[in-house]
Amino acid sequence: MCGIVGLFLKDRTLEPRLGDMLSDMLIAMTDRGPDSAGIAIYRPSPEGKTKLTLQSASPETDFADLRGELLEAGIAASVTVRSTHAVLETDATAEKVRAFLATHRPAVRVTGTGRSIELYKETGLPKDVVERFGVRGMGGTHGVGHTRMATESAVTTLGAHPFSTGADQCLVHNGSLSNHSNLRRTLAHEGINLESQNDSEVAAAYLTAEMARGKDLGEALNSALDDLDGFFTFVVGTQSGFGVVRDPIACKPAVMAETDQYVAFGSEYRALVNLPGIENARVWEPEPATVYFWDHEKAA
Amino acid sequence: MPVFDLSTTPLREFNSALRNIPEGSNDFSFEVLNPRGSHAVAAGIDTPVTVDVQGSVGYYCAGMNDGGIVTVHGSAGPGVAENMMSGTVVVEGDASQYAGATGRGGLLVIRGNASSRCGISMKGIDIVVLGNIGHMSAFMGQSGHLVVLGDAGEALGDSLYEAKLFVRGKVKSLGADCVEKDMRPEHLAKLAELLEKAGVSGVRPEEFKRYGSARKLYNFNIDNADAY
Repeated sequence: MCGIVGLFLKDRTLEPRLGDMLSDMLIAMTDRGPDSAGIAIYRPSPEGKTKLTLQSASPETDFADLRGELLEAGIAASVTVRSTHAVLETDATAEKVRAFLATHRPAVRVTGTGRSIELYKETGLPKDVVERFGVRGMGGTHGVGHTRMATESAVTTLGAHPFSTGADQCLVHNGSLSNHSNLRRTLAHEGINLESQNDSEVAAAYLTAEMARGKDLGEALNSALDDLDGFFTFVVGTQSGFGVVRDPIACKPAVMAETDQYVAFGSEYRALVNLPGIENARVWEPEPATVYFWDHEKAA
Repeated sequence: MPVFDLSTTPLREFNSALRNIPEGSNDFSFEVLNPRGSHAVAAGIDTPVTVDVQGSVGYYCAGMNDGGIVTVHGSAGPGVAENMMSGTVVVEGDASQYAGATGRGGLLVIRGNASSRCGISMKGIDIVVLGNIGHMSAFMGQSGHLVVLGDAGEALGDSLYEAKLFVRGKVKSLGADCVEKDMRPEHLAKLAELLEKAGVSGVRPEEFKRYGSARKLYNFNIDNADAY
C-alpha cells in the first residue's frame, strides 16, 4: 500500500498553515502506511541561502557543536536541530558542506539540498513523525508527504520517503517498480549513486537525471511513462511546483482537489476532508499515463 | 429514521445496526452524516433497508449489498457495490475504480463518471453509468448489463463472456475477443427497461451500440492464439 499527500498553495495567506494542513492529511493516511512517514516542505530561505537537511542516527553527538566546527572549516551556517534531523542554512555551496560532512561527520546523511526544500523522515507512525519534527508549525509554499508500508526494501529511516536526488527535487511513490535494478545500473554508469536499496529512490534519481539533460518536470515525467516498468503513482516536488503521474494500469489510488486557494493530492479522499472549502472543490481522479503539474513560476 | 453521524459514531455501530433491525420495527430508513471518505460504509446489508449517505465515501461502500437501496449523495471510492447480490446502489457523483466488480445482481447507477475496471468480472449485476467509464471495464464480464451514456476507455470488455455492453459514446478500444454486435429488438427493449429503472430520460436505446463476446477465447484453440 502506502499513502501519499501533496499540497500546493495558490493563496499565499494559507502559507503559514501549510505544515498544519499537511500534517492532518498525512495522519489521515496512517492505515495505508504505518511503518514510516516523511515530509518535504518547501519554504525559501529569506536570504537566498543554501539549505541542507541532515539526518543522523546519533543526533546528540553528530549535531553537537556542528555550527562551531563548520565555522572553523570556513563555513558560516545556521543549524536548526529537529530531533534526528538538522537544517543548515549557509552561503556556502552544498558541495562544500558535503565535503566537510564526509570527513567530519561521516555517519550523517543529507536528505535534501536546495534553496527551499526541507526533508524530514523517520520510521514510526505518521502522528509521531509529525510531532517529532514539529511539522505543524512549519509554513511554506508547497509540500508532499508519504506514509510507508514497505514492500521492496527494509523499514529504515533511509528507506522512508520522500527521496531527494537533486537540488529542491523530491519524489514520493505508491507502488513497486520491476526494472529498478537495471535502471540503477544505468544511472551508476552515468555517475549517479544512490543512498538506499529502495526502488523509489531509483525513480527519483531517474527524474533528476532526465531534468539534468534539460527536460522540465512535465517532460521528465512523460519519459518516466516509457522507461519505468511497474506500478506507480508518483508525486514529485520541485522548487516552484509539484507534479503527479500514474502508470497506465493505474491500480494505485489517487484523488485530486483544486480550488482558488490550492491544489491537493491524496491517495484517498479521506486525506482531503479537512481542507478549507473542500465541499465545493473540483475533485477528480487523475487519468492513467497522464502528467499533471503545477508551477508557481509558470502560474505567476 | 435513525441518523448516524460518523464524525461521532463508530462505523461498525452503523453497519451492525443495518443487520440488527429489531423484530417488529418498521424503521427501515437510515441516514448517514459526515462519511468523510470512510471505508465500507453500509457494507454487508442483508435486508431491504434504505440508506442515504450525505457526502463522499471511500473504499467498498455498499459492498455485498443484498436487497438494500443505498444512495451516496457524493462520490464513491474504489469498489463501490462490489459483489452486490440484489438491491440498488446509486452514486450521485463519480465512482473510482472497479465499481460494481464481481456483482451478481441488483442495479448500480453512477450519475457521474466511473474510472477504470468498472464492472470487472460482473456476474449478473446491471450497471448504468451516466458519464464515462475508464479502461479495462467489464473485463471477463460473465453476465449482466453495462450501460454507458458517455464514452468508454481502452480495452472495453477484454476476455468477455456473456455480459452485454451498451455504449452511447465513443469506445477508445475494444479488448481481446470483444466485438460490436447487432442491436436486436430484445436488446432495445432491455436497454429501455434499464434506462427507465436508472431514472434516465431523454435518451433513446437506438443511440447506443452493443458490444459482446466473439466467443473465441472460451476454450483454447490454437487457431485463435492471436486473440489472446
